[in-house]
Amino acid sequence: MSKKLLLEKAHVENIRLYDVYRREGGYRSVEKALKTMSPEAIVEEVKKSGLRGRGGAGFPAGMKWSFIAKPEGVPRHLVVNADESEPGTFKDRYLMEFLPHLLLEGMIVSSFALGSNVSYIYIRGEYAWITDILEQAIDEAKANGWLGKNILGSGFDCEIYVQRGAGAYICGEETALIESLEGKRGNPRIKPPFPAVQGLWKRPTVVNNVETITAVVPIINDGGDEYAKIGVGKSTGTKLISACGNINKPGVYEIDMTISVEEFIYSDEWCGGIANGKKLKACIPGGSSVPILPANLLLKTAKGETRLMNYESLADGGFATGSMMGSGGFIVLDEDQCIVKNTFTLARFYRHESCGQCSPCREGTGWMEKILWSIETGKGKKSDIDLLWDIQRKIEGNTICPLGDAAAWPVAAAIRHFRDEFEWHVDNPQESQIRNFGLAHYADEIHIPA
Amino acid sequence: MSDLLKITIDNITVEVPAGTTILNAARQIGGEVAPPAMCYYSKLADSGGKCRTCLVEVSKGSEKDPRPMPKLVASCRTTVMDGMEVKNITSPKVIDARNGVVEFLLINHPLDCPVCDQAGECDLQDLGYNHGKEGTRYEFKRRTFHKVDLGDYIQLHMTRCIMCFRCVFVADQLTEKREHGILDRGDHAQIATLIEKNLHNDFIGNVIDVCPVGALTDKTFRFKNRVWFTKPVDAHRNCSNPKCCGEAQLWMRGDEVFRVTARKDEWGEVKEASNGKTGWICNTCRFETKKAIDWTIEGPSVVNRHSVISQGHYVGVIKPTETFNAVMKGRDPKLLMDIHDESEVNKPNIDLSVLDRPAHSTDFN
Repeated sequence: MSKKLLLEKAHVENIRLYDVYRREGGYRSVEKALKTMSPEAIVEEVKKSGLRGRGGAGFPAGMKWSFIAKPEGVPRHLVVNADESEPGTFKDRYLMEFLPHLLLEGMIVSSFALGSNVSYIYIRGEYAWITDILEQAIDEAKANGWLGKNILGSGFDCEIYVQRGAGAYICGEETALIESLEGKRGNPRIKPPFPAVQGLWKRPTVVNNVETITAVVPIINDGGDEYAKIGVGKSTGTKLISACGNINKPGVYEIDMTISVEEFIYSDEWCGGIANGKKLKACIPGGSSVPILPANLLLKTAKGETRLMNYESLADGGFATGSMMGSGGFIVLDEDQCIVKNTFTLARFYRHESCGQCSPCREGTGWMEKILWSIETGKGKKSDIDLLWDIQRKIEGNTICPLGDAAAWPVAAAIRHFRDEFEWHVDNPQESQIRNFGLAHYADEIHIPA
Repeated sequence: MSDLLKITIDNITVEVPAGTTILNAARQIGGEVAPPAMCYYSKLADSGGKCRTCLVEVSKGSEKDPRPMPKLVASCRTTVMDGMEVKNITSPKVIDARNGVVEFLLINHPLDCPVCDQAGECDLQDLGYNHGKEGTRYEFKRRTFHKVDLGDYIQLHMTRCIMCFRCVFVADQLTEKREHGILDRGDHAQIATLIEKNLHNDFIGNVIDVCPVGALTDKTFRFKNRVWFTKPVDAHRNCSNPKCCGEAQLWMRGDEVFRVTARKDEWGEVKEASNGKTGWICNTCRFETKKAIDWTIEGPSVVNRHSVISQGHYVGVIKPTETFNAVMKGRDPKLLMDIHDESEVNKPNIDLSVLDRPAHSTDFN
């Protein structure tokens, strides 16, 4: 059993309540930070920890914090991105639902480090009940002097507000989130200027994922060096993985990024193997927008090394033979799943969620969805597969925000690794409506040239 | 260090003041080096960055940091750094991406140019001619909307819209209160007033001028004439509205004024007026002052000779003097018909805007 940092206390009864949380050692990091540390020292500590953004891009959090502009007389803001809408990702929901005070604790420390007197939690509209949980937690924290004016006599004021979104995936993009928080339409802004310079109400702003902010708590409690010892290489600390799909034990797991993908899927401690004794066909290892990998490439890299559950190893081989850690939404597909249908479902999602601001994404996502639908329903042509490839190539990298890339990557990866399945769909329009392509060679050992 | 920054675009070096965007630097050079822009409008703050037709490759970031930028950047929103090197038409990557963007813009466009008032002065038409392919790879139904009347003067044709957001910026920045905006998102996003209502503002007519396609058209001009049959002349009047510049372009045929628009420069944007105001004109000038007697006519407008509007406007063009019979050398023509009459193109009961594909001759019989 590996060490748990975030979910250690998740199963303590009534941990959601302030009294229990405090009794279990909560808010220690706030005491330590506000009484003994300077804001710069906290940023330094986070830098030392090597903590990487848990929202998907994996950008070093300490670095992001150090970029924040500090003009005289302009307030700064911390915004917590709880707009967790990536299909397959549900780790933040779990954290906020069971450990709301852990998030508040992390936020108070981070706000102190960044000099943010007013911090926000931008929460996904569908998480209505979690808004209530968080607001109750904020009230409790305020009543006990952890929020408000002059916290712990340090002279630091901090207020936290929860803002519910209206259920748009695009508002998980940091600049769209800021727009939405300002009360406007959630369209991503054009960067530069980056939020660290001009964010919320044109003030310097840091937007961090829920998990990133909660990870600040153990970093302050135990020290950045201690945190950096967990994990391997640049993947330090623990990561929450929300596992779902055809596995025996779906759920949120905290891993320390040293275990292999194979262990994660088949060990009883984690996913507990593929459901109903089926075989593993493919997996989307980091939430719907990252490239899908067939079983053989998932378990071993193209070089023949065992693939581990961490940022570097999952990305090994680039997009040609690798994928990404993403936001940790681990979606497992067994041999009965149809890749074409799966890709269509994802394309439909991105078409629905595209904000409509820039042309490649607005028009391209809809086009891809329609082509995939015609292939899926047996009306496709061989040339459609090449056309899909061409469309995704023209979307990727040419859009304002990463949603265009996120829409293009799953389609690209599906065609790259499962082209024979697409072709089978086109060649056998009737048969493809009754049965699935199956496993083919995707689970075979990969041949590694010596 | 001087205040001017050096930038090289397609191997041509210019010096521009700090804060200039790549697009504006390229416009200083002019010609083909200037990337096309569908959504950027230099007179409207915050516009640009959306259509992605102006993507360029930055092969050298600046003198200090010579690394190339990893992705293509929108030239209308990227500011120039000293020593920057940019590739526009010399980069195959840019051309490829631009062709892709044009294709994306056209897949849901109805291509009803034969019945569209914007034809002849349409940015998308020009872009399509320059970068588009002759056929389409899109085989599905196109997105359609019904026409919406936005008051007595403006008609909205959402089917043609390419979501440049310019009209929203006009309403935000020129008028007292914005009454329209974007509804929905993705490829079902639309310009709308939510509840169908009129646009009242005094300067709202300018949305017609900024619209790069025929989505917002002048109801006082609709179907009255084709732009290339009319002759643009510069004119001015004493407008009582303090914000209105009073300088406009009249589109005349004979003595009749068919349309009044703002004066535009070579990039299709309104010009600065001689009194220092930006060349926006008020609704009264645009829609209600349609007699030549109301205006002081300065003379014919300068029209780019490549524009279709200039056709037939040359001096010294020899008109054919022979009769039809002389051309046919006495033979009788086998078939002589009025194609408009025959193909029923002018049949008013066909609403081409609700076709979910390009209009075809079979739609008319």
